[in-house]
Amino acid sequence: MTFKTTLLAALSMPCLALAASATPPGAQVKRGEYLVSFGGCHDCHTPKKMGPKGPELDTERLLSGHPEQMAVTPAPALQGPWLAATVGTMTAWSGPWGISYAANLTPDRETGLGAWTEQNFVDTMRTGRHMGRGRPILPPMPWQMVGKLTDQDLRAVFAYLRTLPAVKNRVAQPTPPAAGTAPTANATPTPGAAAPAN
Amino acid sequence: MARSHPFILAAVMVLAPTVQASRPLPEHLRDTGLYAPGASDELAAGVLPFSPQYPLWSDGAAKRRWIRLPPGTRIDARDPDRWVFPVGTRLWKEFSLGRRLETRMLERTREGWRFATYVWTDDGADAVLAPPEGVPGGVPVPAGGRWSIPGTADCRACHEGQANPVLGFTALQLSSDRDPGAPHARDGHAYLHLEDLLARGLVRGLPASLIATPPRVASSSAEERAALGYLHANCGICHNRQGPLSGLGLDLLQDLAEGPASVARTRGSALAVRALRPIGGAEVRLEPGKPEHSVLFRRMGARDALDQMPPLGTEKPDREALALVERWIHSLADRRTP
Repeated sequence: MTFKTTLLAALSMPCLALAASATPPGAQVKRGEYLVSFGGCHDCHTPKKMGPKGPELDTERLLSGHPEQMAVTPAPALQGPWLAATVGTMTAWSGPWGISYAANLTPDRETGLGAWTEQNFVDTMRTGRHMGRGRPILPPMPWQMVGKLTDQDLRAVFAYLRTLPAVKNRVAQPTPPAAGTAPTANATPTPGAAAPAN
Repeated sequence: MARSHPFILAAVMVLAPTVQASRPLPEHLRDTGLYAPGASDELAAGVLPFSPQYPLWSDGAAKRRWIRLPPGTRIDARDPDRWVFPVGTRLWKEFSLGRRLETRMLERTREGWRFATYVWTDDGADAVLAPPEGVPGGVPVPAGGRWSIPGTADCRACHEGQANPVLGFTALQLSSDRDPGAPHARDGHAYLHLEDLLARGLVRGLPASLIATPPRVASSSAEERAALGYLHANCGICHNRQGPLSGLGLDLLQDLAEGPASVARTRGSALAVRALRPIGGAEVRLEPGKPEHSVLFRRMGARDALDQMPPLGTEKPDREALALVERWIHSLADRRTP
């Protein structure tokens, strides 16, 4: 029950910074839910299953990212104007950046955002780096657009994500681009070969 | 050098806002107070050179550093791990590879710390303020390749990873008991020590114990001292128990106030602790005796965007530091052997 599709360009999902006033916790969560739904977060972070009218959200795994047990084979070679390919769950994407997998946004401590602070989340959306400091976040995650939300709205999104059922789902690490197109050479050291330099 | 992926280039173009200071940043380095009027290398009065004993690895670039406090002000040094600098403090760091490439500036304003970098022209006559997004494509290096100029968000990623945004001007870094095993350290005798700061009246509240016994990493061997000092300066700025990444549970920052307990905490957070992100068969942060199975060692040596550590500011592995950490990991197994 999978399908594959290709896209002309990395998707950009609308995430508008709507005016928000100071809100109590319950309203903050509702606003976060609203922003997540409207902002297209489910498009990649919730696995899809095929329904009678096409792919629909797998509500058992809301925002839990690319399913751990789903094996991903090499993406088809794209030609002409085609840039990206995705799998049937729409949680794994292949393009010039390699293969990226949608993160588990549920509060599971081991495999999701359970160990993240609100500030980690805000920093990530602002900088495009994992936890605001680590590796670059890969396409098609439109962090540039999400990062334009106000601090208040980003905190609302995080508050809503905290209310989700924790799903234990260890998402695969990204796969670098094919040899020859990697951004930098992998210089993983060989023990014993490290020699002083500089 | 600087073979940046286009998508990653795009990723550093959007930046977090910097501190809004009362005055805009000068457009030219010469107007920041580093140099004497009309000069581009002669220091202004009150500007002091310093050299941390555990420098940050910057792909082999030669670096010079200076600090200037406003006249009549002092650093509050009561907490040896969290010095408080007076408003108006400025620090500079110059990077050279065959020529001067950039000079970064850190300034304490009334609103907080702000960050800037000035890019040297090819002829070395002037250094001009870089845009907030930096120069992701870099500037040319005489020997070939390019040197990436960081954006403000990159500055903040490292300098705001712990309580004190001044990373190289600390009690440990300026100790007169300098570590002879520290990779890439310069001869420290020509630079400021804690005793000099005290004599010049630039600090207040510095614990007398730090003068009587200059601070050092409280390790059990010379090798571990150098390795932990290196990790403190190059990794602990983010991987510590106080900053935004404290949830990861990896603490490589040495806390002078705690002494040996700080070293024990570092060991406890890394030795045989399962890593959140395995890499190529390595699954624990540090496996005594097995550097190839130690994620910390593997990621120190990686230079692809997804795995490398540090994740920014370097494109070449630090081979001298890798050799040091490799020896230290082997020594950890020897220590466990009865």
